[in-house]
Amino acid sequence: MNETFQIIDHYLMIRLPEEIDHKSCREISRQADHLMLDNRIEHVVFDFSDTKFMDSSGVGVLAGRYRKVSCFGGKVYVIHADSRMKRILRMSGLSKMIEFME
Amino acid sequence: MENKIRIEMEALPENEGFARVAVAAFITYLNPTVEEITDVKTAVSEAVTNAVIHAYGEKGGKIVIRCDLQGDLLHIEIEDAGKGIENVEQAMVPLYTTRPDLERSGMGFAFMEAFMDSLEVESETGKGTLVIMEKKLGSGPWIPDEE
Ligand SMILES: Nc1ncnc2c1ncn2[C@@H]1O[C@H](COP(=O)(O)OP(=O)(O)O)[C@@H](O)[C@H]1O
Ligand SMILES: [Mg+2]
Repeated sequence: MNETFQIIDHYLMIRLPEEIDHKSCREISRQADHLMLDNRIEHVVFDFSDTKFMDSSGVGVLAGRYRKVSCFGGKVYVIHADSRMKRILRMSGLSKMIEFME
Repeated sequence: MENKIRIEMEALPENEGFARVAVAAFITYLNPTVEEITDVKTAVSEAVTNAVIHAYGEKGGKIVIRCDLQGDLLHIEIEDAGKGIENVEQAMVPLYTTRPDLERSGMGFAFMEAFMDSLEVESETGKGTLVIMEKKLGSGPWIPDEE
């Protein structure tokens, strides 16, 4: 496991890359799903600290993880998202599914 | 002054990053705001990714990007010769996607529309798709809006 992913209790923390696009998303989703299964993850935290660019591929990753954890009562959290990232997530209707934290 | 570039590339995920950086580099001499550059990069990323994923799928093909600057008006055309879109109007509805299996969000056209001043899509089944976008640069707000 590399530093992109961290597991604390039943939380999976994902430190997102600088550029979230189709190419980087495929790898994030694949690894996240693997870790979620193996570690009985209940909640997922997406950390946008390093992220400068995100297109609609990123929306798919967050929505996909939400679908996986929410059926067992889990939550998806977003931290350190700048105003643009928040705008993108809000436009996509994700603000109803995720919780923003600073 | 009019300035133009044309890029032809393979429809590969590896080229998506290059495409948006190339278009961003093309407009830098106009001193656009960071916000404007990111808007353009996002729109290009959406159109090119669509050509990679939806137009060709596994078998691949060519994507042509044409950019034209007339003063501070940026005109972008992104064209593929892939399978085309049956119903363009439906495809442009936010959250509509034909590939939920690939975790596509259906927000691609919505973002192109939101981040550019205009968006036009011409498509013919079996022939391909042409996405035309325009944005006037240097007219963005000085302070990026919070909402
Ligand atoms: N270049 C293209 N060639 C063929 N079909 C396309 C193309 N671009 C978009 N589409 C179709 O339009 C739909 C909506 O596109 P978009 O808004 O970008 O959402 P997404 O890519 O997430 O599915 C796609 O699911 C696809 O069916
Ligand atoms: Mg798309």
